[in-house]
Amino acid sequence: MAKLVTDVVCPFCGTLCDDLEVSVTDDGKKILDVYNACAIGAEKFLHSQASDRITRPRMQDEDGNWKDVSYDEAVEYTAKILADAKKPLMYGWSSTNCESQAVGTQIGEVTGAIMDNTATVCHGTTLIAVQDVGIPSCTLGEVVNRADRIVFWGCNPAHAHPRHMSRYSIYPRGFFTGKGQKSRKLVVIDPRCTDTSKLADYHLQIEQGRDYELFDAFRVAFKGEKLPDTVAGIPKKTIYEVAETMKSGRFGIIFFGMGVTQSLSKNHNIDAAISVTRDLNDYSKWSIMPMRGHYNVTGSGEVWGWLHGFPFALDLSRGFARYNPGDTTSNDLLRRDEVDAVFVLGSDPGAHFPFGSVKKIWGLPSVCIDPHITPTSAVCKLHVPVAFVGVETGGCAYRMDNVPIECRKVVEPPEGMLTDEEFLKKVLTRVKELKGA
Amino acid sequence: MAEYLIRNGFVYDPVLGIDGDKKDIAVKDGKIVETTALSKPTEINAAGMTVMAAGVDVHAHVAGPKVCVGRNFRPEDKLFNSTPQAGIKRMEGGFSVPTTLRTGYNYARMGYGFVMEAAMPPLFARHVHEEIRDTPIIDEAALPVFGNNWFVLEYLKNKEIENTAAYIAWLLRVTKGFGIKNVNPGGTEAWGWGMNCETVNDVVPYFEITPAEIIRGLIEANEYLGLPHCMHVHGNSLGEPGNYTVTLDTLKQAEGYTAKNDFGRDTVLHHTHLQFHSYGGTSYSSKGFESKSKEVMDYVNKQDNITFDLGVVTLDETTTMTADGPFEHHLSHMNHLKWANVDVELETAAGVVPFIYNPKSYIAGAQWAVGIELGLYAKDMMKTYITTDHPNAGPFTRYPRVIKWLMSRAAREHMLEKELKYGDSIRNTCYIGEIDRELTLFEIAQMTRAGPAKVLGLSHMFGSLRPGCEGDVAIYPYNPEAIDPSRDPELIERAFSTAQYLIKGGEMVVKEGDIVSNGSKRTFWVDCTTSENPQVQRDISEKFKRYYSVTEANYEVSGHHYVPNPYVIEVDASQ
Repeated sequence: MAKLVTDVVCPFCGTLCDDLEVSVTDDGKKILDVYNACAIGAEKFLHSQASDRITRPRMQDEDGNWKDVSYDEAVEYTAKILADAKKPLMYGWSSTNCESQAVGTQIGEVTGAIMDNTATVCHGTTLIAVQDVGIPSCTLGEVVNRADRIVFWGCNPAHAHPRHMSRYSIYPRGFFTGKGQKSRKLVVIDPRCTDTSKLADYHLQIEQGRDYELFDAFRVAFKGEKLPDTVAGIPKKTIYEVAETMKSGRFGIIFFGMGVTQSLSKNHNIDAAISVTRDLNDYSKWSIMPMRGHYNVTGSGEVWGWLHGFPFALDLSRGFARYNPGDTTSNDLLRRDEVDAVFVLGSDPGAHFPFGSVKKIWGLPSVCIDPHITPTSAVCKLHVPVAFVGVETGGCAYRMDNVPIECRKVVEPPEGMLTDEEFLKKVLTRVKELKGA
Repeated sequence: MAEYLIRNGFVYDPVLGIDGDKKDIAVKDGKIVETTALSKPTEINAAGMTVMAAGVDVHAHVAGPKVCVGRNFRPEDKLFNSTPQAGIKRMEGGFSVPTTLRTGYNYARMGYGFVMEAAMPPLFARHVHEEIRDTPIIDEAALPVFGNNWFVLEYLKNKEIENTAAYIAWLLRVTKGFGIKNVNPGGTEAWGWGMNCETVNDVVPYFEITPAEIIRGLIEANEYLGLPHCMHVHGNSLGEPGNYTVTLDTLKQAEGYTAKNDFGRDTVLHHTHLQFHSYGGTSYSSKGFESKSKEVMDYVNKQDNITFDLGVVTLDETTTMTADGPFEHHLSHMNHLKWANVDVELETAAGVVPFIYNPKSYIAGAQWAVGIELGLYAKDMMKTYITTDHPNAGPFTRYPRVIKWLMSRAAREHMLEKELKYGDSIRNTCYIGEIDRELTLFEIAQMTRAGPAKVLGLSHMFGSLRPGCEGDVAIYPYNPEAIDPSRDPELIERAFSTAQYLIKGGEMVVKEGDIVSNGSKRTFWVDCTTSENPQVQRDISEKFKRYYSVTEANYEVSGHHYVPNPYVIEVDASQ
């Protein structure tokens, strides 16, 4: 026999689908199947059931041999390296709930840490651009109900946010969009042919790294001014045509991804993209939205926003909050040898940081808190496995459009396992003792 | 719990009619008590100081998604003003949009105990509650916005007050909200298509209903339910020259309605930040603009069912934020600064734009004058409240400065003569120069405590030092016998900026000007019972199935995490 848990929130990507159904055994201990999820999301639930899962913290010695330790020992080690460090880096925070982020921030306050999240190698450039020019945006339901123009720029939701198109952007029939896909024009701007671009009415196969120029060309085209024959490899006729398509919509939206945030020009690309959106609002109604990756990277920016006023690269080492990307961002700190302890939770810098940064982590007192074995856990001195947020414990997460949704607990974690929040609370208590705070 | 005896202060309590008499105030078990009820109190010598119930703020944007947009997109707002951890006090930062921590601490420093978050987008209710939870000391509540909500528009178009009321009761319960906020009625829905409703008679696209019908419908639904607070409106055409006629039209919608509730509230419409709505003329220049505060107040003073708050411009660099999406778009085209906007499906929108009220410009000074004039023309100070529409017209930390301007003609003259570049033009186009009135401390206590508590339906708890009220007492270093407002206006501002003591819920949180406790803040919300309404329930399920991007089951804000320390006000509207 099985029971069905409905309205389950998927803790994988920023799409934060909340219509999953998960069948579990009657004792609530084992997941049998996952419905409505994409392949990645389903795997996240099923992966928690792996029989070879690590369930106890473990430490590695200099030769790379692992030894199981108790949670108490893990708390002690973590608290000690953070308390002893002059400038610890507490990185990650994107694959956990807001409750843990809030407790982690208090640890950072007590130890004078630098807090940084995965935006630092992802949409951090977007956040900088927003600080320059703002951002006209909307919730995903607005796109469902109103949008007749969709632009995907430098992103491939078919693979990275698999249910985005069916739930929010291309296919759904909404209040003013009863014809679904038929009522929408889709523009994809991407140097590659992707499974997303195959669906497009216009696929502008832009020259790599020339996004800024094309954004600017659109701003010229909206005003009907002159363009050179080609911009970024796109003939001017196409640019005028697409510009007209955008202006003639009732409600449009630009979704953009790492293709523009982390390619040449970085935040300046996003500056230009947002300016395109601002310009379009003189003709019709337009919004723009970053395709945030981790399911709660947005939430970490919000939690730090309300507690300290900055969405990433948060430096608490001077006793108050500072923010200076390039100075207080993780890779810059690691490469300049400015941090003397590394704490990672809810992210995998081992897989995503430049190798030079990863080597620095390997050389420092370090702890990785993650349910999985990851490249990060492999280079850290201590690996603390925890319960899966969104599967074995609930908590608040913020969708890519900043809408907060409360994740559900579907099954019990393996016996004796702590959640992120429980582990962090123990560390906070111990850190306060060590610091005499 | 500790007992406190506050001795020999000059007490101001409009509810009890105490006007500066020397009296002792007693606090025990979190409440105000008779002095005879104390056994071993800690004595506080308040001789030479002013004692009032803790302040109550009727309208401020202090928690939620747009506030956090303001924080995150304005790193410059934190430049050179962060302060480190000290004792139990955590790090603070921010000026016009302070962090939640500084928000709580600064209200406490000003002697405030309760703050109403003025606009909660229902879909983002969790965010609002997370921020409220992380704001120390002060009790808070939030008003969900209804004026552009599709359910409301559809029900009111069909004149279905009972269904509107049932939906409102449901939404207050699932979002843990307090009352009905109505921002730019109809205009924000029109903004979904880049349009607006500029008068109360403009028709909302598709929904074919007018702002006037929305305002009246929400008043009726509010009184049908008997909620503690009245319908709280931000009218159409905010900030536009000549908008005072729209404002009068908005206010007139309340005619003929009387309050029905068990909370001692006797008004049906609260118009917020009236300053932004009392403009005449055709442009923002000194040749085209004029104050219409007198005309608006001539009407307001004749009505007995309307309250309002000032929304005084404080001439600072600040961050504007409102659910009036089209207005923020308009504003960004005036000052060309960064513009953030969020349209919220089926419900509302919000915009955020930084703004510099430059004392060297004519219009900022004229706006300042309009706000102060409203306060000075008001006849019933129990219906007139001090706000800056934080952070829109200025940060809430400027309330003491507003108090100074209201209490001292000399302070106003100083502004017109020394601080404002176009003082003469402002005298010519506004009324400020011709008003002699100086408000008294008793009137200030009405405007910042007793009055707001009454209109929020919380006069049984806040705004007075009557035994039985919450043990919320503020003690200011202000000696009304020694200070002459016309000679030393700066002392007014200084005293109300730095309460010497604040006792909140019977606990001392500010002692000799320092934060000594993070308090035990509560979130207030209204649980309103209505008789079962299958149609509304069916409509809700239908809308979630078809048009919302979250499921119905994932919409409700659960108590444990988001509202860990609730104070629930129960209302029975099932009869």
